[in-house]
Amino acid sequence: MRPFVKLTSRTVVLPAANIDTDQIIPARFLKTTGKLGLGAHAFAGWRYDESGQPRPDFPLNAPEAAGARVLVAGENFGCGSSREHAPWALMDWGFCAVVSSAIADIFRANALKNGLLPVVVDSAMHRRLLAEPTTVTIDLETQTLTTDGESVPFAIDPFARRCLIDGVDELGFLLAQADAISRFERERT
Amino acid sequence: MAPSSPTPPLTLFEKLWRSHLVRPETSDTPAVLYVDLHLVHEVTSPQAFDVLRAHRLKVRRPDRTIATMDHSTPTTPRQNGRFVITDAQCAAQLSQLDANCKEFGVELHPLGDDAQGIVHVIGPELGLTRPGTTIVCGDSHTATHGAFGALAFGVGTTEVGHVLATQCLLQRRAKTLEVRVEGRLGSGVTAKDVILAVIAKLGVGGGAGHILEYTGTAIRSLSMEGRMTVCNMSIEAGARAGLIAPDDTTFNYLASRPRAPKGEAWDRAVSAWRQLPTDDGATYDRAVAVDGTELEPMITWGTNPGMAIPIRSPVPETADPRALRYMQLEAGKPILGRAVDVVFIGSCTNARLSDLQAAATLLRGRRVAAGVRTLVVPGSQAVKRAAEAEGLDRVFQDAGAEWREPGCSMCIAMNGDMLKPGQYAVSTSNRNFEGRQGPGGRTFLASPLTAAAAAVRGAIVDPREML
Repeated sequence: MRPFVKLTSRTVVLPAANIDTDQIIPARFLKTTGKLGLGAHAFAGWRYDESGQPRPDFPLNAPEAAGARVLVAGENFGCGSSREHAPWALMDWGFCAVVSSAIADIFRANALKNGLLPVVVDSAMHRRLLAEPTTVTIDLETQTLTTDGESVPFAIDPFARRCLIDGVDELGFLLAQADAISRFERERT
Repeated sequence: MAPSSPTPPLTLFEKLWRSHLVRPETSDTPAVLYVDLHLVHEVTSPQAFDVLRAHRLKVRRPDRTIATMDHSTPTTPRQNGRFVITDAQCAAQLSQLDANCKEFGVELHPLGDDAQGIVHVIGPELGLTRPGTTIVCGDSHTATHGAFGALAFGVGTTEVGHVLATQCLLQRRAKTLEVRVEGRLGSGVTAKDVILAVIAKLGVGGGAGHILEYTGTAIRSLSMEGRMTVCNMSIEAGARAGLIAPDDTTFNYLASRPRAPKGEAWDRAVSAWRQLPTDDGATYDRAVAVDGTELEPMITWGTNPGMAIPIRSPVPETADPRALRYMQLEAGKPILGRAVDVVFIGSCTNARLSDLQAAATLLRGRRVAAGVRTLVVPGSQAVKRAAEAEGLDRVFQDAGAEWREPGCSMCIAMNGDMLKPGQYAVSTSNRNFEGRQGPGGRTFLASPLTAAAAAVRGAIVDPREML
């Protein structure tokens, strides 16, 4: 996993609330047995017209979106299915962080396990970021998001934060519990 | 032995949580939670098996792991006894699951197997879903199994890999939310209507961070299949899981299941299961109440499951304009009488025998309206056999509906069963998101009774008019 410490980037804004994982990556693209290439299909239903051409008014298709690493979305982003293809698609497109006022539980867990940082900010900052694309700095060491001189804190599980900063996945920690797991299995039977 | 200090009153969730802690959580690290049963399917597992190979790991407990094929399987009738898979990517995904299960020694119920079916239908019907257990699957509708008093939730593919390798997950303790539904449900009001009303009340994100426990007389009076319908859609309110305390209804359902404990082991299990319900005096972090006697058949008008209304109500004046535009509906106008193109009766929410029986009560001796495509997709091979044994397949076919092979089918539209752009469907499934049932397709979620009534009328109708 790629470490995440600090990032300064332009934002892409999708203001709709309750953007579900079927919008992030429609199910017809889940037939893959890999992880790569899903970015081409991120938000496919909104991004392309019926003939497969990019819709010029969709924010990901704007020229300024190229190179942006931070997605700002309406509240309850990532609701719906448990498909990890959703964070895979966003990361494959180039995003490193998602900012909202609320992020759905399973999506948030999946994002953290792939190095995509979920950032939940207060509603005042959320409204401000939804208003238009801007530049933000996200610092995971200090757990702050800063834009135009104003900083707000964000919460994150300390274990997930450590894993992100170090760029290590959680599997190593779980494998190191092997003795405790064996003991648990013995004592229950 | 010294007398133990009295245990504080606990909720069902707290009992499940405590009994599966390999290592409790601390401020620095999440809890290590043991998983009793891991259900696997073709869509969310291939990348997890790749991780095992990359790390040279085995599946720790193949005996606690069971796989089936459901999401990308064809549901078209067999030709000369054989399934025809026309989509090369689907075929590759299915053969990858087959290869992975062989390589890692995992029990698989593939296409054509007598026990194949939607993963959340076969777990309970085999008797693998049991009270007091933890169950996970790479699928958000794993909440279904909570109907048995099991802590069951969906996980992503990375966590599928964690469970394959260690039989454990890293978890923070969730909060609890009691959803109390009291009273007697009216005629034509079903479990699906209960859960749509609950989601409408909580909102599509209202249960975030919580485990829902459904309580009250209306829940107690539901069959196990009805309880599964309720728990199944807990995720549609944003909750990680839903729970219903086990009782005699639960034990009667399980007693005859092939993989349920037998003999003395059964008696011991039932005594333990009777200790699971929430203790008197235990408290939940939150609580909401729904009056079951007031409920009516529900239907969604919009693009998330929280956008649900009683079927006789108009589309809300406050409706989200974006959802109205997608659905091509107007605020304040009735939803009754809206013409439909497709009716889908199926999915892990509503494809069990009692769901098909309910649909059949309205389709028996009637015809599907001209121009309406009606698909009936049983939840499993076992459901299909049971339905055929009582002639339901003939009822559906005589009415002009398609009787198909089991699978997720048009709920997720991965296997070629899909809406055409602009079509309207009444669907017994769980999600009405934009394009969920096919690009540009428009979904009204409802009960099997409401779906069958719409098939006959060719339009949305209150099923109570036809009972």
